[in-house]
Amino acid sequence: MDGGQDMGGVPWSGPVAPEPNEPTFHAEWERRAFALTLAMSMPGGWNIDMSRFARENRPPDEYHAMSYYQIWLAGLERLMLERKLIAEDEVAAGKSLHPAKPVTRILTSDGVAAVLHRGGPTERETTHPARFAVGAGVRAKTMNPPTHTRLPGYVRGHVGTIERVLGYHVFPDSNATGKGEDPQWLYTVSFNGAELWGKDSDPALDISIDAWEPYLDPA
Amino acid sequence: MSEHHHHDHDHSELSETELRVRALETVLTEKGYIDPAALDLLIETYETRVGPRNGARVVARAWSDGAYRARLLADGSPAIGELGFAGRQGEHLIAVENTPDLHNMVVCTLCSCYPWPVLGLPPVWYKSAPYRNKAVKDPRGVLADFGFELPQTTKIRVWDSTAEIRYLVLPMRPAGTEGWSEERLADLVTRDSMIGTGLPKQPHEVA
Repeated sequence: MDGGQDMGGVPWSGPVAPEPNEPTFHAEWERRAFALTLAMSMPGGWNIDMSRFARENRPPDEYHAMSYYQIWLAGLERLMLERKLIAEDEVAAGKSLHPAKPVTRILTSDGVAAVLHRGGPTERETTHPARFAVGAGVRAKTMNPPTHTRLPGYVRGHVGTIERVLGYHVFPDSNATGKGEDPQWLYTVSFNGAELWGKDSDPALDISIDAWEPYLDPA
Repeated sequence: MSEHHHHDHDHSELSETELRVRALETVLTEKGYIDPAALDLLIETYETRVGPRNGARVVARAWSDGAYRARLLADGSPAIGELGFAGRQGEHLIAVENTPDLHNMVVCTLCSCYPWPVLGLPPVWYKSAPYRNKAVKDPRGVLADFGFELPQTTKIRVWDSTAEIRYLVLPMRPAGTEGWSEERLADLVTRDSMIGTGLPKQPHEVA
């Protein structure tokens, strides 16, 4: 959906501010919010696309008012509340007030290394050939779905070139909604700066996105 | 635009978040959904074991071993896996090489996608609105924010990580490092040089 997360190319919001010797986390609650988010996906059973949608599907002002791990936390709470793993009154009370919902498995400390090492590969067995070949011209669709998508606003309607064929990958637009993985061909599509930003663009700039086939039309 | 300001949040707001996280952890532990020891291990892993030192070893190997460099550029994941780095948020890795004519920069305009197994967790600026706004439109402006510039003739290529492919920049090996061991070379490789917002250190900058 069109939301606060889609930040590419939107008007300038100040200089990038690197922090010298930045720590991995800036507060103890960030450590815990990070780890809770990773650990809960196993009993919770949601996928990464559902997690992203839970973080992003909120008014842009709300998204921008939160720090990064506050967004993670808000997304995690939403996923757990939707599935009735927890209830609002329990968060308020700071203790469990209702029976736990049965879960098939949880992340225990002896499983952490294996789970991190395995990760969540998204490439799947191909069932049909790719529609586009390297070098083909494509136009990113103009689309504004109300549900999750990974086609950034700044490329929609613009013409680019297929630069790499990346394989057949889980399609977030479907996976986020619970309708299944619906794998699709994935491509690196590159755009010239002037195509995206007009005549004032840096003349020596190319930008690429990784785009699933349903995002693209032949150009 | 909050992310880069989040240190300025007033104390009560931080405390509210802190209390909420504590409450959640208690509820989830009582319900048996989480193992607090697993949380500790997740945190320890990303605070102490998985970070840009891993990526620096990959880069130093590529600088030292032409056959490895070729394998890395042909297919990132297996080559990086040779050094033992793989997994979450690095399931599909691609290395992109800087040359005198081409400079690569990596961003995730939609969230915070970043190659965890080789760089660890992303810094705040990488996730911030200014970087996500600007990297795809004015990458030279981003480089200026980081205090350096490239010749106008150097082409800039920005990789927006919109899928589950993760990108690692292979920076150029600094001159004056002939005959250096991989270990010494790795000390020159900064995190930012592997994102494309920085350059490796020069030999005189390390002891």
